[in-house]
Amino acid sequence: MIQKEWMTVVSIDEIAASIFEVVLEGDMPERIGAPGQFVHVKTSPHVAPLLRRPVSISEYWPARRRMALVFRSEGEGTSRMAAWRAGDEVDVLGPLGNGFDTSDMNEGEKALIVGGGVGVPPLLGLAKQLAGQGIRVQTVLGFANASSTFFQKRFSSLGDCFVSTIDGSIGEPGFVTDVIDRRKLSYDAIYACGPLPMLRALDGSYATAKGKLSLEERMGCGIGACFACVCHTADDPEGTSYRKVCSDGPVFPWGEVVLS
Amino acid sequence: MKMHVSLPGLEMKNPVMPASGCFGFGKEFAQLYDLNDLGAIAVKATTEEARFGNETPRVAETEAGMLNAIGLQNPGLKGVTEQELPWLQQFNTPVLANVAGTKMEDYEAVAAGLSESGMAAALELNISCPNVKEGGITFGTDPKLAAELTRRVKDVSNVPVYVKLSPNVTDITEIAKAVEHAGADGLSLINTLSGMKIDPATRKPLLANEIGGLSGPAIKPVAIRMVYQVRQVTALPIIGMGGIMGMEDVLEFMMAGANAVAVGTANISNPFACPEIIQQLTDWAGTEPAADWADWKQGGVKA
Repeated sequence: MIQKEWMTVVSIDEIAASIFEVVLEGDMPERIGAPGQFVHVKTSPHVAPLLRRPVSISEYWPARRRMALVFRSEGEGTSRMAAWRAGDEVDVLGPLGNGFDTSDMNEGEKALIVGGGVGVPPLLGLAKQLAGQGIRVQTVLGFANASSTFFQKRFSSLGDCFVSTIDGSIGEPGFVTDVIDRRKLSYDAIYACGPLPMLRALDGSYATAKGKLSLEERMGCGIGACFACVCHTADDPEGTSYRKVCSDGPVFPWGEVVLS
Repeated sequence: MKMHVSLPGLEMKNPVMPASGCFGFGKEFAQLYDLNDLGAIAVKATTEEARFGNETPRVAETEAGMLNAIGLQNPGLKGVTEQELPWLQQFNTPVLANVAGTKMEDYEAVAAGLSESGMAAALELNISCPNVKEGGITFGTDPKLAAELTRRVKDVSNVPVYVKLSPNVTDITEIAKAVEHAGADGLSLINTLSGMKIDPATRKPLLANEIGGLSGPAIKPVAIRMVYQVRQVTALPIIGMGGIMGMEDVLEFMMAGANAVAVGTANISNPFACPEIIQQLTDWAGTEPAADWADWKQGGVKA
């Protein structure tokens, strides 16, 4: 059930360069069905900025009525969010979209989680869910450089976690696929969220029948009504069939949608 | 004050409807509130064949507004009449079905199909979409073409036809008069203003389609002016729209000469916009001594 709620900021921290983690308190966490869902945030109580900003839920604790969001402060809306302080009341619409369904995974199987940049946050909740099911979790996280790296410790507490950076300033130099190849990582299911070139590199030879990917897109309404965030389906790439990233996704099986 | 308004084909509990293109076919919003609370529902444009629309990004935020270039994505006449409109019949809220196309024959076919379905209380002729390559806005910027299309659609329709006017013209009153003479039962205005935004960092337009339609509070003064001007030249009912965010905006449109209003972009930034505005209006009407909207307009702007 989607609701619009004034939630209270419990804490806000800059966990990497321009990357903020904010913990919010309210009724919404009780309604979150799965990791990978997101919220749509009005960054100002005034008319402008007009549109909400879609932000991933990284973790949630229903019993404590809390959830964490992670975002990169970049433009007008997210820089307003970065200025939030504990005690502020903020306008949040959610929970939105479909999260990661891992009910097809069996105890003892191996999952590979691959995240890139601000695509990493929703995978933390996923990693906790998988670990809770008795799945062996391995993670490969890709970042631009050392200063933009985050969540390495939290993923490490759930299983092996490898970091790659494009400039090699921390972890292994190169892309996430370099780490997977070099370490010959094996897995029963692969889950990923990150930039499109990363997802495209994983789609195909790295993809698995189980496992899922999560997409980002510029959104309008966030509830499936405005058709701003549609993508083509792989079985009809030039035709009229489509998926809405906000309400059909943002999590999709590998090979279901065209990554363009 | 009595909130009810009566327009051709549209008996409305209150003068507020969501605008076409900002509400899909209602299903998403029905999860959030009771669609019976709305005055009417203007559904997304229907074309004869299904359309995917434009590539993404399809939206871009601007100062107090937004640009969109969705490109009339819809499941086509068959999809709309078989899958979308039947579901909306459960509500006691009239449906205004938006008709779009690229050729006059397309409009005729869609209008005939929607009208024969018996599920549309009225049609809204979209001759003002700025986001498709052919047709659409071409019909909305030439009074002769607008009149001919209106006449042809009227000939095949058995429900009232509203013509949705484009603001991207030198004199909107000419188009209004032309479609009135051609038999339009009402007017809705305004559609979006053609606009563009370029990102200096990438040096590229934000929209994949480059150009899109500007909506939201940024365009409200233009919309108010156009409703006011059109009201001076026609007695046809006007559905006013363009940047309505709250009750005061509704009152402004009604005073400018509108008989009802449509809420568009506000639904995108706040999916509860329509019921919130209707509640504000209901509270206001409870203390307003005028008998009805016509009475309330007495002594205001000469409209």
